[in-house]
Amino acid sequence: MAETYQLIVIGGGPAGLAAACKAWEQGLRRVLVLERDCELGGILNQCIHNGFGLHRFGEELTGPEYAGRYIAMLAETGVEVRLDTMVLQLVPGRDGHPHEVHAVNGKQGYQVLQAQAVVLAMGCRERTRGAISIPGERPSGIFTAGAAQRFLNIEGYMVGRRVVILGSGDIGLIMARRMTLEGAKVLACVELMPYSGGLTRNIVQCLQDYNIPLYLSHTVTDIRGHDRVEQVVVSRVGPDRQPIPGTEMVFDCDTLLLSVGLIPENELSRGAGVEIDPRTRGPVVAENRETSIPGIFACGNVLHVHDLVDFVSAESERAGAAAAQYVQAQDAAPGAPAPAAAIPVQAGEGVSYTVPQHLHPAALAAGAELFFRVRRVTKTANILVEDANGARVAKFARTHLAPGEMENITLPAALLARATPPLTVRIEEVQA
Amino acid sequence: MYDVVIIGCGVVGAATAYRLARYDLRTLVLEANNDVANATTKANSAILHAGYDPEPGTKMAALNVEGNRMAIEICRRLDVPVKQTGSLVLAFTPEQLPHLQTLYDRGTANGVPGLQLLSGDEARALEPNLSTEVCGALLAPTAAVVDPWGFALAMIETAVRNGVELHRSAPVTAIRAGEGGGFVLATPQGEVETRFVINAAGVNADRVHALLEPVDWRMQPSRGEYYLLDKSEGGRVGRVIFQCPGPEGKGVLVAPTVHGNLIVGPNAEPVTDRRDLGNTAAGLAFVKARAMQSVPSIRFGENIRNFSGIRANTDRDDFLIGWSKAYPGFLDLAGIKSPGLTSAPAIGKLAADMLGEAGLPLTEKPDFLDERHVVRFRYATPEQKAALIAKDPRYGRVICRCETITEGEILDAIHSPVPATTVNGVKRRCNAGMGRCQGGFCGPRVQAILARELGVSPTEILMDQAGSWVLCGETKQTEEVPTHG
Ligand SMILES: Cc1cc2nc3c(=O)[nH]c(=O)nc-3n(C[C@H](O)[C@H](O)[C@H](O)COP(=O)(O)OP(=O)(O)OC[C@H]3O[C@@H](n4cnc5c(N)ncnc54)[C@H](O)[C@@H]3O)c2cc1C
Ligand SMILES: Cc1cc2nc3c(=O)[nH]c(=O)nc-3n(C[C@H](O)[C@H](O)[C@H](O)COP(=O)(O)OP(=O)(O)OC[C@H]3O[C@@H](n4cnc5c(N)ncnc54)[C@H](O)[C@@H]3O)c2cc1C
Repeated sequence: MAETYQLIVIGGGPAGLAAACKAWEQGLRRVLVLERDCELGGILNQCIHNGFGLHRFGEELTGPEYAGRYIAMLAETGVEVRLDTMVLQLVPGRDGHPHEVHAVNGKQGYQVLQAQAVVLAMGCRERTRGAISIPGERPSGIFTAGAAQRFLNIEGYMVGRRVVILGSGDIGLIMARRMTLEGAKVLACVELMPYSGGLTRNIVQCLQDYNIPLYLSHTVTDIRGHDRVEQVVVSRVGPDRQPIPGTEMVFDCDTLLLSVGLIPENELSRGAGVEIDPRTRGPVVAENRETSIPGIFACGNVLHVHDLVDFVSAESERAGAAAAQYVQAQDAAPGAPAPAAAIPVQAGEGVSYTVPQHLHPAALAAGAELFFRVRRVTKTANILVEDANGARVAKFARTHLAPGEMENITLPAALLARATPPLTVRIEEVQA
Repeated sequence: MYDVVIIGCGVVGAATAYRLARYDLRTLVLEANNDVANATTKANSAILHAGYDPEPGTKMAALNVEGNRMAIEICRRLDVPVKQTGSLVLAFTPEQLPHLQTLYDRGTANGVPGLQLLSGDEARALEPNLSTEVCGALLAPTAAVVDPWGFALAMIETAVRNGVELHRSAPVTAIRAGEGGGFVLATPQGEVETRFVINAAGVNADRVHALLEPVDWRMQPSRGEYYLLDKSEGGRVGRVIFQCPGPEGKGVLVAPTVHGNLIVGPNAEPVTDRRDLGNTAAGLAFVKARAMQSVPSIRFGENIRNFSGIRANTDRDDFLIGWSKAYPGFLDLAGIKSPGLTSAPAIGKLAADMLGEAGLPLTEKPDFLDERHVVRFRYATPEQKAALIAKDPRYGRVICRCETITEGEILDAIHSPVPATTVNGVKRRCNAGMGRCQGGFCGPRVQAILARELGVSPTEILMDQAGSWVLCGETKQTEEVPTHG
């Protein structure tokens, strides 16, 4: 016998928490959050540094404090939570229920749950050594930065004494400082690209303040050691990002941390048949974060990788509200037709992706907020939004753009009304 | 006094132990490593070859064809993942077509069932992702893909359940003839006496032999490198796809793995350091380029792991299976290069028969246990899953999220007849950490479960072999760090 809910939220990180709170606030009363970990909060639980919540709460919180605020808000609602519960499958439902969620835990066993709407909030995972095929031996001592962070911050163990970090994403930078404070020697942070992938504030506060050298346009070309890492070889790369022979530097170290990117965790979404954008590796969504399957919404890192949790929360509240609206509309008029065809938003020159990937005409009346990443570091530039005829819909001037920092713009309704779809977002560099 | 001591517990040692376990004998297996199946047996193409490669009349030819049949039977009996996918050898140019004919003729002489020569179009009808350049192929329906370490583990576990003794972390460092016949073997754990010795030391079989007497053949270790791609690429081909061997050696293969991933490799590179299992940029680039000739659409961006294995190649063409001339009672199972994984059960059977001929009484035990069942939560039906969790709630706790491996399965691995004691030992037994995140998420959890079950600190748990430590101590107990209970 299946249990039924109005909304099931998969994942109890900041995205799932915000979506569930919002859906409750909007009037849903049978809401369930499923979280595979034994506590709520997602990746924030291991981010014990400051720097969360400046936008959302106007103050600097640690990750667990930020999560704590939302966990407290959720506790005020009647939202049901199942921890230690892994969702295995999302499939079309039976007996008139649109969606069926299969989950397991030790207490309730194998659960088949019916839902009118689902919010995907599964977060992301780290790219590994395999994903970038680093040559060399395969000893112990090679960790993704997040795994090392978990060992240090949750389990209370050190993973090494002499460390090289590959990748200058935020997690790597945070770990450079964390390992240093724990008494390890961080010998180098090595970045393939000519610019860092992390936030500028983290470069300053985590590397420069501790005199940790950052090698831009470099990569790891060999790992030595049969059993534990003994040496890491770093080489300079050319403009084609290929290592330049003769530039090798050998570091004697016992640990290599990898901070080489995050991948949205969409195996469940794929299994459900949700359309995935190959650029974000997350679902294709409209402005309300609805995916290609009506009634399934996505938000947070499962949708696209965010730098700041504050934006995760904002996006997830949007998804939670939309899910509530969807359920209420279905209740009012069962089988209501899907909304009219949407207007595509495309990533043009200098832009690697946009979220949302399309807009519903009805939503345009309220203006549209677009999130995207640029391909290159640029000083002075314009963000241009153009329509199908190449006519300019909007222009936003910027003095600094970097792939490591997510951009967002809001298109006012008045400008959108005149545009012929599809819309394209591109970057126009301005010569100083 | 043992009747038989087997040196080495790769697939050959394990298959021999499994064969001997059915007889009323005192058998001991000495393994240098801290775990079994942790050398060449864990790093190869994982193919049960059909048997058209070896020259007719060689030991290799007979053992391969018999081994293929036996291995599939054993896998089914001992609950080892195996899938008889069949294989194709491709020809890209008309000049290569005669080579397919040669393989066909050899296979027929070797007794390989069901071989068939196909046109390029026929091959593409079976495997739509093959290159348009393919102009002919040899189909061998009996080829299979297998879990290679799982195969070896199943055999040694069954042997141990039937009374064979196994000592791990027991490298044989000296061998001498015993006073009253037989042999005395030294390991750091002490000396053992035995009537017969079987040398199944893989790529170090020459060194083990040299402990007793000079070796009259040469080991020429050759390394092969691989890509292992995510399950999202696992359906790229349905069969094992080989190329015609060319002047640069055997071609690169593309194959589904029995776990649903895609394996691509190997190259062939002579090495001197037999422990250097490194990957090289050049080797990987070669493998990738060659594989794209067969299947151009492979998305290498989906790679989750590279690895390499060392072939026990020698200066001889055949397996080196035979008694020492000066020391009867010392049997070499040496030079077991490819298709050694396939041939292992037949090699084990041959070794047992040779012991019998040499005077060892082979009396079958009436109570030989020849079965094994492994819980694999992910393949169970919802009803079976519910029943498993009802029996033990720990089957409801998913630890490895990529492969859906539960705490219950990890505990099974830690408490199996040949217990896992390391993170990779757990991985080999139940797949935790094998998936796309490569243990990034479950690694710390597996470490904690191992420590708890073995009653030691997590800092003592190794990733793999001796020296492969993971943690170097506790963090400073500063205020911001939660203390560890
Ligand atoms: C090291 C690091 C430093 C950071 N620093 C900052 C910072 O300084 N400032 C800042 O604002 N942001 C920072 N962030 C970013 C912020 O933490 C993330 O953006 C945010 O946690 C993403 O939220 P999420 O809910 O989408 O994903 P997650 O936090 O990853 O949560 C996803 C949840 O879903 C659960 N889940 C997944 N699949 C399933 C399933 N099948 N069944 C059940 N449950 C499932 C997971 O267990 C997890 O709890 C940092 C992140 C990291 C890793
Ligand atoms: C790249 C590659 C691809 C291959 N592909 C295939 C394939 O697809 N199909 C196939 O059939 N075959 C294949 N093979 C061959 C197959 O993998 C091997 O033939 C087989 O694994 C050999 O098993 P083994 O038990 O002889 O050696 P190993 O697995 O190497 O085991 C030998 C054991 O002996 C131990 N040992 C060594 N010295 C001592 C000592 N002094 N004391 C105690 N113990 C000791 C070692 O620690 C080790 O555990 C491939 C091989 C390679 C390298």
